[in-house]
This record gives sequence, C-alpha cells and structure tokens, in this order.
Amino acid sequence: MEKFTGKVWVLGDDIDTDIIIPTEYLAMPTVEDMKPYGFSPLRPELAAQMKEGDIIVAGKNFGCGSSREQAPEIIKALKVSCVIAKSYARIFFRNSINNGLLLIENDQIQDAVKEGDELTVTLGEKIEHNGVEYPIHSLPDNLMDIINAGGLVKAMQKRNNVK
Amino acid sequence: MGNTLIEKIIMRNIGADKVAPGQIVTVNVDRVMIHDIFIPFVAEKFKEMGFTKIWDPDKVVLIYDHLVPASAVEDIRHFKIGDAFVKEYGLTHVHRNDGICHQLMPEMGYAQPGNIVFGTDSHTITYGGVGCFSSGIGYTEMAAILGTGEMWIRVPETIKIVVNGELPANVTSKDVILRLIGDLRADGATYKALEFHGSAFENMSVASRLTISNMSVEAGAKAAIFAPDTKTAEFSGVPLEDIDWIYGDEDANYCRVMEYDASDFEPVVACPSQVDSIKSVAEVAGTKLDQVFIGSCTNGRLEDLAIAAKILEGKKVADFVKLIVTPASRQIYRDAIKAGYMKTLVEAGAIVTQPGCGLCCGRAGGILSDGERVLATNNRNFLGRMGTNKVEIYLGSPASAAASAITGEITVPEL
Repeated sequence: MEKFTGKVWVLGDDIDTDIIIPTEYLAMPTVEDMKPYGFSPLRPELAAQMKEGDIIVAGKNFGCGSSREQAPEIIKALKVSCVIAKSYARIFFRNSINNGLLLIENDQIQDAVKEGDELTVTLGEKIEHNGVEYPIHSLPDNLMDIINAGGLVKAMQKRNNVK
Repeated sequence: MGNTLIEKIIMRNIGADKVAPGQIVTVNVDRVMIHDIFIPFVAEKFKEMGFTKIWDPDKVVLIYDHLVPASAVEDIRHFKIGDAFVKEYGLTHVHRNDGICHQLMPEMGYAQPGNIVFGTDSHTITYGGVGCFSSGIGYTEMAAILGTGEMWIRVPETIKIVVNGELPANVTSKDVILRLIGDLRADGATYKALEFHGSAFENMSVASRLTISNMSVEAGAKAAIFAPDTKTAEFSGVPLEDIDWIYGDEDANYCRVMEYDASDFEPVVACPSQVDSIKSVAEVAGTKLDQVFIGSCTNGRLEDLAIAAKILEGKKVADFVKLIVTPASRQIYRDAIKAGYMKTLVEAGAIVTQPGCGLCCGRAGGILSDGERVLATNNRNFLGRMGTNKVEIYLGSPASAAASAITGEITVPEL
C-alpha cells in the first residue's frame, strides 16, 4: 500500500468553494495563475506557505457552495497530497475525484492534530499521528484508478488509448 | 432490516441484494439530460477524452431552454455547437423550443419511475417526483457517461419526512418544501436522499410532488424521491405493477425522521437572500412589490397557472406591478389556453412569456434593478439571481404570488 508523510494545515468547518478560490479570480487564464489566491479570504498567506506533500485537515462540509471545478484543481496545484475532513459537500467530492485529488473522510483526528504536526497516511488503511492510528476506509478501485490517472479526463484517455 | 427507496433503486440497477450508505457503486445510467448552457463544455471534454461514439444515443436528451430565445449574440454559439453534436453523434431526443428541461424530462417520459438519471443542472433532482433517482453533475462527468454509460455514486443516507393530515386550502406544496428547507437549513440534507411519506404527500398531484423534489436541492439533497402510486403510473404511462416495488420499507435504516401535522403548515416565503430564511406570509404581508413572477421548473405547471387564474379571475394586477407568467412547457401553455387560464391571466394584466428558463436565471424577460422587489415562484433567491445584487427576491407559492400581484404588496392568499 502506498504510504506518505506530510505536514498538516488545519482548517475549520464549512470551508466553501469561495474560500478555496474566490469568484473574482476564476476568469484568470490558468489554475497556476489562480494558485496564489487559494484560501485567500480566510488565510491570505497560506498558499505561499504550502509545500509539496502537505496535508489539509478540516472539519465538516468541506467544499460546500458552487460547482466550480477549479476548487479541487487549486488544491492539486498547491501540491497538497490529500485532504482529511469530517465530511465533504457532494459536488466538491465528485469534482475532486474527477480532478485527481485524494480525499479522506475521518472525524476523529481533528481533536488530536495541531497545525504543523506530521501525519503518515497509508492508503486504504490508516492515518498515523503521534503514535496513534486512525483507520480509514479504502476508496474502491475504480475511484483510485481515476485519482491515480490524474483525473477523469486522463482516465478516459487511458481507457480509449489516446496518446 | 429493510431498505430505503433509493437503496432499492440502486440495488435493482446494479443487481445487488444489499447496499449500505457510504458504499460506492457503479450504476448503469438510464437517461441523461444536457442543456444548452453546458453542451459546448460537454462536447469539448467528450472529444478530449478520446470518445468517438455515444454509448447509447437513445438515452441522451438535449434541451435548449436557458437561452431560448437568444438574448445575447454569443448564446447562438451554444445552439450551433449543440446542433453539430446532434448531427455528428446521431442524437434523436432534441428539444429546441419546447420548454424547460426539468418539465420536459418527466412530461415526455424520459425520466421514468425507478430510473437512474443524471443531468448537467442541479435541479435534475426534480424527477424524484415520479419515483426516479435523478441528480445533477458537472460537465466532465457528463462527457464520461456519454462515452461509457456508467457513473459511480455513493449510496446516500436517507432522511424520512412524514406529513399526515390535510393541508389548509391556501397552502400549496411550495409552502411545504419552503418550510422543510427552513427546518433542514441549506446544508441539512447534503449528500443525503429525502423520502416522503404520509397522507399529505399521497393526496398531492404529481405536479405538486415535482415542485417538492425540485427544491430539495436547496437543502443540499442528492435525491428527493416519492414512492410511485396510481397517479404516477398514469402520468408516466407505465403499469402500476411494474413500479410498485419502489418504496421505502418500514424497517429501513433512516438517518433522521421528521414528522409534521399537515394542518400546522401555512403560506410562507423565503426572504432575501437565503433560501432557508423562511417567514410566514402573514409576517411580511404589506411588503411593497415591483414585480411578481409565476413560472420556472418549480412552479410553471398547469395547476400553478390554474390557481393563479382562479385568484386573478375578474381582478386586475396592481398598475405599478409587472406580473410575468411563464408556462414551463409548450404542452402546459397549450393546455392552459384550452382551459381558459391564459385568457383570465392576460385579461387581468399578466405578461405571458415563452416557455423557458429566462427570468429565473436572470438571463432575459423581466430582469430587475437596484432597490426593486419581486415575489417569485422559482427556486433560488441568491444575490443577483434575477438582475442586480441589490434586488430583493422573495420566493413563494403561485397562490401567494397571484394574491400579491393584485394588491401590489405581499399578501396572504385566500382560497
């Protein structure tokens, strides 16, 4: 099973898609252009501080609000390895899988973890934090295939042998 | 333990004996709906994914409604791309000016009891009114379904809503769903299915049930389904014995049960600018209005026009108010003419517009400006939805709308 370790950023409940990327930046040409403004209404400095492999730990209803597919795209562009939240809004959950962003549901770890802590995730198995293990459900193979391919467009290209 | 209604639909679709909330399964899609706004993006993603043919063109419905008739030159591009897509991939179910997608899908029998249907619009949830599991998705996923005929879904938990008894005469299904959204709040049903039980729902017409399913997405619901009965069978043109397996078991696992006495309901409105900001009409009565709108995929059906005509019969719309009436489909328009409702409405001073989405999504046909106030029968009162972001939008029933159009202020309907 794939295993990775990352530094934690802690966010709260109801992180909506307008926080993840405000509407005013959606008309920018690319997600790379929008990236510096990720999470800016809540924490303007956060996008610049995030490093490859970092992990977001959040509360309930992460990604609520609009259907913009740029929300998971920004988090991917910030090179966050995964989001761990108590729950996700429906359209954000689908858009994340379809854009290749790994989401993990867990409602225990929020009480224990502090910003800057390190977590180790073993896919489909557990999260380890300060010697405590939190079991996680595995996503079905078809969803992991989409995530591993880098999103639904790429997964379909692979299926259809598009070079 | 028994199964909820949506669990039964999913189990039959995938051929499983049991499914549990939280489980992720791949379903075979019975029908999809794409509308004019998103067809260019669907077409682009479909090609990018490398598909060369649609899995089953007979299962695809393309409906032009948001942009019909065009109000901006760039809208035409959507029709051109749509028409080219129809020709290239051999689509046959195409409606270029027949009405609103969420009315046409059940009305034309595209969305049937027990089906699993997806559409590129959040109000695709409407078809739960005929016992169908239907939900909105993004355009990337739609492109993938067009190529594969499959879709992954998470089996949702179900909230059971029970209303027994008789609703007061001036209360419509719109008042019921607004109250429920107020109680659930805007995220109270996120990722969940709603299931409706009790004599108040059993006594409702299919049209009234479609109104309730339509607005359930405003509480975040993924599906909002009524068990089909003889009325559904007649509406959808299917034998009852083919669809009588679609109901939630008494001992099913519901995550929440909400129970009401029908006589406790009253006419209500959603106040600006949150769908869950619910007040009784009596409480806000006297609020001056500039416009009244009766229409949309929520309340543009024949019974909505009938109740408006009944209230407006022999009366006049207040002279400073514009009453805009939009039948939800060409068929409804035709039936309303035949029944005499259109004559009554026009003689009372209504402006009747072509079937479509125009005003509800703020595209055309009656947009408003700063400081203006509207009582509308559609489903969203978000900031800027029907004009500028300083327009105040109240959402209410067709009965409240008609009564208020006469007085020019928010008025409790008498029936």
